[in-house]
Amino acid sequence: MTIFDKFQPLAEARQQIEQSAGSFLNVVMEEIISGTEAIINGRPTILAGSNNYLGLSSNPDCIDAACQAAREEGTGTTGSRMANGTFSGHVALEKELAEYFGRQGAIVFSTGYIANLAMLSTLVGPGEVILLDADCHASIYDGCRLGSAEIIRFRHNDAADLEKRLRRLESRNTNVLVVAEGLYSMLGDRAPLADIVALKQKYGAYLMVDEAHSLGVLGDNGRGLAEEAGVEEGVDFVVGTFSKSLGAIGGFCVSNHSELDLVRYASRPYIFTASSSPSIIASTRRALQILRSKPELRHRLWDNANKLYRTLQDLGFTLGPEVSPIVAARFENMEEALAFWSGLLERGVYVNMVLPPATPDGSCLLRCSVSAAHTEEQMDRICEAFTAVCKAVKTV
Amino acid sequence: MELDEKILKEVTGILTTFVPQGQQLSEETDMIADLGLDSLKVMKIVETVEDSFDISIPLNILPEVRTVGDFVLQIQKITGEG
Repeated sequence: MTIFDKFQPLAEARQQIEQSAGSFLNVVMEEIISGTEAIINGRPTILAGSNNYLGLSSNPDCIDAACQAAREEGTGTTGSRMANGTFSGHVALEKELAEYFGRQGAIVFSTGYIANLAMLSTLVGPGEVILLDADCHASIYDGCRLGSAEIIRFRHNDAADLEKRLRRLESRNTNVLVVAEGLYSMLGDRAPLADIVALKQKYGAYLMVDEAHSLGVLGDNGRGLAEEAGVEEGVDFVVGTFSKSLGAIGGFCVSNHSELDLVRYASRPYIFTASSSPSIIASTRRALQILRSKPELRHRLWDNANKLYRTLQDLGFTLGPEVSPIVAARFENMEEALAFWSGLLERGVYVNMVLPPATPDGSCLLRCSVSAAHTEEQMDRICEAFTAVCKAVKTV
Repeated sequence: MELDEKILKEVTGILTTFVPQGQQLSEETDMIADLGLDSLKVMKIVETVEDSFDISIPLNILPEVRTVGDFVLQIQKITGEG
């Protein structure tokens, strides 16, 4: 018996997948042509599964800002925010995020994953309760596991189920933090946020919303679902990431609770990791300015989202319940999903394939995410590839 | 703590709808090794049990549940608290 024996089921699953769709687990972006195109397997390929919603990863101004920061401040901070890793850029970005969200304070973390780990493991302590939507991202689950609060799930987007659980907790007279997402990453559906806010107010709970996929995507100013639903005042903590609409990497939390700042001194994921490099901070600050000043990016993104959703709907796919820049087609059968994914790649279109248990209901998902940077011609090519593969494999 | 037979019967009844027909169930049945339940099925079972007993089962207790009997004891603890 070796230490690796426990991975044998994974080895068998990998072998099975490799037989059906050889390159699925080994996709390499061999050359980046633009934010929406790369060379994969030696072939120019449109990226329709990148979460690069506003196309800012390749924005020339963001790249210039990153280059200048690297030249002036170096390639890394080589330290924690608590030690030598807080540069003026980190502080400036926190102020800009707080101002953008209209909140008292902000904390910048090294990744979006760390933001959830840091907030959830620290904010809610022993004897207190986290009520999370069942479809929350793994970083939320992992943040819960790292802490010592009691963790209870409510059914996905089911406000009635949430209320049942809040009611059961009433007699405990303890702090409860409800956690939901702006847009859920797998199916692109919104949380029923107005209902959730009403419940958190009724039962005196706190509310955290992860706007990772909705920042820059929802709301007149791109502040996410809370803005779109008109309930920003009712959301105690907004967490998010720089790795999607802002085209870099990093995470944040903003809040009107002045005590947010104290989390810095208690949160291990904040303290015991190196801070973001100056280039990342600089490009993120620039990207935030662009996100705020160019609503036309959001409009283009939604045009592209509508086009792909309608096309796949017309082709007969079972999709997520509403249009969003995340367009996910469900497959009951893994072999069919793998064949379809390979067919798209052969036709020069890359999408994400998500297999259970990472999917909400045990089905397989071909998960597309569109970008404001996709041209009309690229959108046509994505839609044509889906149509062609449908004809070829006759799965729909 | 002694197992509550009524709860055991109700939990067993719920489990039968998630396992192959004819699968024998007792308090010693290992929910993973004997029943081969994956994480999605486990969560569905938890939801059904929660509805049935009008309780919320914290995820924190699941690592302590190996057998049907362990599960019943955890439910007894929660219903007792309630």
